[in-house]
Amino acid sequence: MKKTVSRRNFLKGGLAGTAAVAVIQNKEAHAAQSFEGYPEGMGVLVDLTRCIGCRSCEAACNKEQELPEPAKPFDDYSVFDEIKHGQKRRTDETAYTVVNRYDVPNLDHPLFRKIQCNHCQEPACLTSCFVNAYTKTPEGAVIYNSKVCVGCRTCMIACPFYIPTFKYSSAFDPRIMKCVFCYDTRLKDGKPPACVEACPQEALTFGRRNDLINMGRQRIRETPGKYVEHIYGEKEVGGTAWMYISSVPFDQVGFDTHVPKEPILNSVKDFLAIVPMVLTIWPGLFVGFHLLATRKEKIKEQEKEDKEGQV
Amino acid sequence: MQARKRIMQTALAIAIGGVLIAPAQIWSMDAEDAPESVTIDSLVNLYTGVEFDHAMHVDYASCQECHHHTTGGEVVNPNCARCHSTSGEADEVTCTGCHATDRFNETYIRTLEAPELYHIDKPGLKGAYHLNCISCHETTSGPTGCQDCHTMTDAGEKMFYTGKYSPAKGHSAPGH
Ligand code: SF4
Ligand code: SF4
Ligand code: SF4
Repeated sequence: MKKTVSRRNFLKGGLAGTAAVAVIQNKEAHAAQSFEGYPEGMGVLVDLTRCIGCRSCEAACNKEQELPEPAKPFDDYSVFDEIKHGQKRRTDETAYTVVNRYDVPNLDHPLFRKIQCNHCQEPACLTSCFVNAYTKTPEGAVIYNSKVCVGCRTCMIACPFYIPTFKYSSAFDPRIMKCVFCYDTRLKDGKPPACVEACPQEALTFGRRNDLINMGRQRIRETPGKYVEHIYGEKEVGGTAWMYISSVPFDQVGFDTHVPKEPILNSVKDFLAIVPMVLTIWPGLFVGFHLLATRKEKIKEQEKEDKEGQV
Repeated sequence: MQARKRIMQTALAIAIGGVLIAPAQIWSMDAEDAPESVTIDSLVNLYTGVEFDHAMHVDYASCQECHHHTTGGEVVNPNCARCHSTSGEADEVTCTGCHATDRFNETYIRTLEAPELYHIDKPGLKGAYHLNCISCHETTSGPTGCQDCHTMTDAGEKMFYTGKYSPAKGHSAPGH
């Protein structure tokens, strides 16, 4: 059996050396804290059994976020057949959300999954950012300040869902681009995001995260056999504001079911609580994160090979 | 949990307002009481309204399939029947009577916090229509495409970058 270093252990090992002193000093101040996300935070429950792949959410997001004209109309469903680098469509700097189709064996109809930032309760993008560009707002959104972003791409690597992307309009003005839960234009005024409002099927239910978990459980309980008994995002990576329920096992509709149940950077939280200190050891970190990036790809490749090997 | 359900039963009857605690005799509406046609246009924006041929749909589905427990007929959905098997006909049988047009507004979301509330997950009006219509149309080979039921408006075409707003031909996709 090959031993793969988990991201957290790797970080722990790699960073411990440089940061050991600081961690020890800060241990007392931070050890007792366990940030569970904001209890009043909002979220969205995505019900895959309801989604019909109409792409209204994509169109609404494009308009709301003033994103560029798409290559194809939003009512063009040939996009579901697009494969780039062996993968289905992903979010990028022109699309904060995309819907993909999954043809599940033994199911007489396809399933569709909308992806966007999941607005983690304890976001890896946030904890990994050296310059504190990210903020988790009490309403539940993970937003960013592109003015302070230095374009190091650490968050891209840290995000377990491959969400943040970058726009390089000029080499000196990099900008993180990702779904912001419509924070500026809607969420902070108590309004639902544009994609939610546009969805004809109410496949996207906006509400308080705690209420959404109850709703999800109620749907699962009261329609026996319709759903698998799991709310993806209730526990994954320490909990996410956007959660999913599905009629088929999550790995059949493109979910990574191997993400840890605890926050990605839990074990280095003490360390990350001392961001200013981090600034002084930047170069070391960059090397670390570069290794991390290559590592992540390698692990993926390895997994792929392993899988292929099994077939 | 059981106790909670019982409280919910009582609370619901009051909360929903439209529901009658039926006296001795339970009567029900029948198809003749129903309107011939219903214009569904309260949400018109990206699409035009739908002229719903109610009379025609009566041949396809029982009242309860759309009106759940409000027309006074036998309640078939087991989840509805738990509380509403003897509720009888409701004062309000329209979709808008129960399904909120503004499902996600702050005030509505706040009402979901009531601990005794059973209906924590009632779809809004738009969701109720589409969920009910499309799922039935799928099994009865009815129309399921967006524009099979309603035409896109100019605002819709603009948002979807379609029709006269289609991306120019030969427009290259971003990236490679
Ligand atoms: S999904 Fe990725 S980008 Fe979004 S909050 Fe979580 S870690 Fe950050
Ligand atoms: S929440 Fe807003 S930014 Fe995020 S996918 Fe929906 S419309 Fe786009
Ligand atoms: S708008 Fe709703 S039903 Fe349509 S693709 Fe998006 S999530 Fe699915």
